[in-house]
Amino acid sequence: MTSQTSEQDPPVWALEIEGLRKRYGSGFEALKGIDLHVREGDFFALLGPNGAGKSTTLGIVCSLVNKSSGSVRVFGHDIDTDLAAAKLNLGVVPQEFNFSQFEKVFDIVTTQAGYYGIPLRKAKESAEYYLKKLGLWDKQDVPARMLSGGMKRRLMIARALVHNPRLLILDEPTAGVDIELRRSMWTFLEEMNRNGTTIILTTHYLEEAEALCRNIAIIDQGRILRHTSKKDLLSQLHVETFVMDTDQTLTTAPELDGFATRLDSEGALEVEVVKSQGLNGVFAQLDSLGIRVLSMRTKSNRLEELFLHMVEENARQTEVSQ
Amino acid sequence: MNPAAIFTAFLTIVIREVRRFTRIWPQTMLPPAVTMTLYFVIFGNLIGSRIGSMGGFDYMAFIVPGLIMMSVITSSYANVVSSFFSMKFQHSIEELLVSPTPNWTILAGYVAGGMVRGLGVGLIVTLLSLAFTRLQIHYLPMVILTVFLTSALFALGGFINAMLATKFDDISIVPTFILTPLTYLGGVFYSIDMLPGFWQGVSMINPILYMVNAFRYGILGVSDVNPYIALGMILVFIVILSVVSLRMLQRGKGIRH
Repeated sequence: MTSQTSEQDPPVWALEIEGLRKRYGSGFEALKGIDLHVREGDFFALLGPNGAGKSTTLGIVCSLVNKSSGSVRVFGHDIDTDLAAAKLNLGVVPQEFNFSQFEKVFDIVTTQAGYYGIPLRKAKESAEYYLKKLGLWDKQDVPARMLSGGMKRRLMIARALVHNPRLLILDEPTAGVDIELRRSMWTFLEEMNRNGTTIILTTHYLEEAEALCRNIAIIDQGRILRHTSKKDLLSQLHVETFVMDTDQTLTTAPELDGFATRLDSEGALEVEVVKSQGLNGVFAQLDSLGIRVLSMRTKSNRLEELFLHMVEENARQTEVSQ
Repeated sequence: MNPAAIFTAFLTIVIREVRRFTRIWPQTMLPPAVTMTLYFVIFGNLIGSRIGSMGGFDYMAFIVPGLIMMSVITSSYANVVSSFFSMKFQHSIEELLVSPTPNWTILAGYVAGGMVRGLGVGLIVTLLSLAFTRLQIHYLPMVILTVFLTSALFALGGFINAMLATKFDDISIVPTFILTPLTYLGGVFYSIDMLPGFWQGVSMINPILYMVNAFRYGILGVSDVNPYIALGMILVFIVILSVVSLRMLQRGKGIRH
């Protein structure tokens, strides 16, 4: 049941946020008029530094935070006028563990289904399905406090999915999870998305957003800085740094015409390449110097470079305007 | 949500509550049973045998309705205040807040959970009392109505306390400094006829006095106050506390930012 929307069809919006503002009692304005639209079937990332307003935005969508003004619609259901219908379409995986540590895994998931009005028999079937999918079935009778950190994260995903929501929101789902488990969670989320579940995630691992998401919004200081496709965003990246392992032990970085070079701490060659230059010039010059490239990788996550650039630029502009 | 789904959500909350307090039964069910047994032995048997009769009944028979009511009140209150505050503290209340369960269903579920524990403890204390005295029932409908409504009222009180509490200390202040003194001074151990006129008047502003006496009327047929006025008062308080609780839930007092 893949729900890819063709270009001709009018878009079905899983989430529509317009003019969203949040001012806390202390006077701090966490959101300064956010507009955000997420299509049905999308895999969407909301990125931003700590305190940017990501969790506040998602908290308002899930009705854990009261908004000051603006509107939020989940699959067309306005949270001001049709909150119950909006919530039925929504599954939430929060940043912090928020289940009773004393309850058993199976009870936590079936109880959540009950809150959505799902009868016990169906709740048990659904809980079994998702606990098996997430590798927690053998832990069904274990109190939640006995689970490892990664298992607790998976438990929260199973709990969020037990009522089969159309929109799944994950706030830092892989924080503190080891690489192997993170990869298996990515595979699971990709499968959910392929089967039609719209997914919105916030993450600090920009590699995660780059690997999983099709569309991205960058938020900072309560404002959306960019809201576009990942492809479009990455096309703005002008300079990439490539790390090359060579057949020689280099003591100094070779000088390459038109390219900045240096050696990293382990002696590998780093070359900065402007997008319009291409890599052929690098290889040709290295070849003429008798240096063979054995392997190559990008130095850092491309999205991370762009993200840092945007956030730094925003901070500079804010400073100037003040 | 349709009515069947809302009922499922309500039952889920109640079952979760029952599962919680039965899982920790040595903390929730056993202490009131032990305390009340001590009351029966010390006040009823040892001291009561020297007091003689009160309100036309031997002292043990006189204090049994008050002690049952006392255990119902404290257990109903304690269940909701501790459970709901723990959920707030652990943030597991968010499980409910993100769900489509209506606020009134959340409130009803917690109150019903508190009532199950309160009435369960009341039943245990009643059965224990049979080892010390012969319990007669003067007017069963009054017994049932009073105990159910009082349990609901104090479960609502516990809910408001939990909503307002910001730390664990806050959930013991009301039971320690308000509920216990009012209960002890609410005619559990004596008839207000024994008090001087002034203190009789003061006692009349204690709401627990009405509940204890309405319940005592249902069991023994004697009361210091008109039991029907007492029932009316309990109902009025239930309506007021329900409205206050729902307003708090709606505004997200202490549970939404």
